[in-house]
Amino acid sequence: MSDHHQHDDGHVGEHDRPLSGPALRVKALESLLVEKGLVDPAALDELIDTFETKVGPRNGARVVAHAWVDPVYKRRLLANGAAAIAELGFAGRGEEIVVIENTPKVRNLVVCTLCSCYPWSVLGLPPVWYKSAPYRSRAVIDPRGVLKELGGEVPDDVEVRVWDSTAELRYLVLPERPAGTEGWSEEQLAEIVTRDAMIGVAQVTVPAGSRR
Amino acid sequence: MNGVHDMGGMHGMGPVEIEQNEPVFHSKWEARAFALTVAAGFHRKWNIDMGRYSRERMPPVRYLAASYYERWLFGLEKLLVEQGLAAATELESGHAKSRWGGTRALGVSGVAAYLSDRLKARLADDVPPKFKPGDHVVARNIHPVGHTRLPRYARGRRGLVDRDHGVFTFADSNAMSRDKKPQHLYGVRFAARELWGPDAPERDSVYVLLWDDHLDAA
Repeated sequence: MSDHHQHDDGHVGEHDRPLSGPALRVKALESLLVEKGLVDPAALDELIDTFETKVGPRNGARVVAHAWVDPVYKRRLLANGAAAIAELGFAGRGEEIVVIENTPKVRNLVVCTLCSCYPWSVLGLPPVWYKSAPYRSRAVIDPRGVLKELGGEVPDDVEVRVWDSTAELRYLVLPERPAGTEGWSEEQLAEIVTRDAMIGVAQVTVPAGSRR
Repeated sequence: MNGVHDMGGMHGMGPVEIEQNEPVFHSKWEARAFALTVAAGFHRKWNIDMGRYSRERMPPVRYLAASYYERWLFGLEKLLVEQGLAAATELESGHAKSRWGGTRALGVSGVAAYLSDRLKARLADDVPPKFKPGDHVVARNIHPVGHTRLPRYARGRRGLVDRDHGVFTFADSNAMSRDKKPQHLYGVRFAARELWGPDAPERDSVYVLLWDDHLDAA
C-alpha cells in the first residue's frame, strides 16, 4: 500500500482498496434509495458537510468561554442551557441542553449507557470512545477509575457525579476555568476548552507556551 | 428489552481509548450511513425512539462486534422494510421495483430546519407531575421486552428527585406504538452505594433521566 494519496474528500486511499462489507452495503443502499426517490444525494452531502465543518466542539468552547467571562450569562446558562446557547447563535437545534458546572468540590461526567446521546449542537457528533462499550459500561460503576486511566485522578474529597443521558435532554459540562488565564480574552479562552473537558473526562489546562 | 446495549455496570469491556485528532467520520461509508439514516427519517415513518429500538434489536453477538455506524445501518435497513419504505427484496437486489410515491425527499434547503426539529421531545401538554424535587422515589423493577430508557442498573433502586424537567414524550411507549404518553421527566439522583454497594465511594452518585412511569414513591 505504497500508493496512498489524498482524495478530494479527504479520505486517504479509500478508493484504492476494494470496498469492505458495510461500505458495499451502504453504497448499494444509497443508490436504491435515490432510485426510489427517498433521498436526495445533495442533501446527504449537506448533512455530512454540516457535521464535518459547521457543528463541532468549537461551538461548545465558545459557550464555555463566554460563561467564564460573563457571570450573568453563566447564571442564565445554568438556569436554561438551550436558551442561553441560542443567544450565541448556535440555533439551539431544538435540543434540550442542561449545563452542569464543575467546581473545586464537584466533578461531573456525562455518559449515555444505552446508546450515544450527546449534545450535537454544541459538540458535534460524539467520538468513537464515547459510543463504545468500555466507556458506556464503566462510566457509571467506576467513574474514578475511568478518569484516573485518562490521566485525571480525582481526590477523595471531591464528589463525582455521573450523568446518564437516558432522554432527549443532553448535558454539557461547564469546566473550571484554569488558574493562569486571568485577563485572557474570550477568544483565547475558547481555544483551550476541549471536547473532553465538556464531556467531563478531562479538565481544562493551560498548554505550555500558550501563556500571554 | 434486557439487551446487550444496556451496558451500564458491565465488566470486561476493556480500557477507554481516546483517539487523538479523531475525524468526524472514519470513512466515506460511515458518513453516508449517517446521512442516509437522518435523511430517511425525514419521511416521518418512524420516530427517534423507534430508531433506537431498531438498533437494540441487532443480535447481541453482532451488536458487540459491530462499529457504531454498522449498528445504524442495521437499524436503517430494518426500519425501511418494517415501515414499508422499501421491500426486503429491493434491499437484496439493490434495484427499485417501484418509486416512492409519498412524501418528498429531504432537500438541501431543508437540512438546517430538519436538524433543528428532529429531536424535539418536550410537549406542551398540561400534565401534573407525580413527584417534585426532593421526593424519595424508587425506580420500578420492570423488564419490558420492548424499548425502555430505564437502565437495568437503576431498577429497584432508591433515588432522590433532583429536578423536574417538565413534560416530555415518553420514549418507551413512543418506540413501541407511537404513543407519546405525555408525562414529566425527572433527573433522579442515585447514590453510588445504592447502585453498586458499600464499596462505592460514599459521596458519589449517578443521575438518571426517568419518567413518571418509571417511578414510584419510596
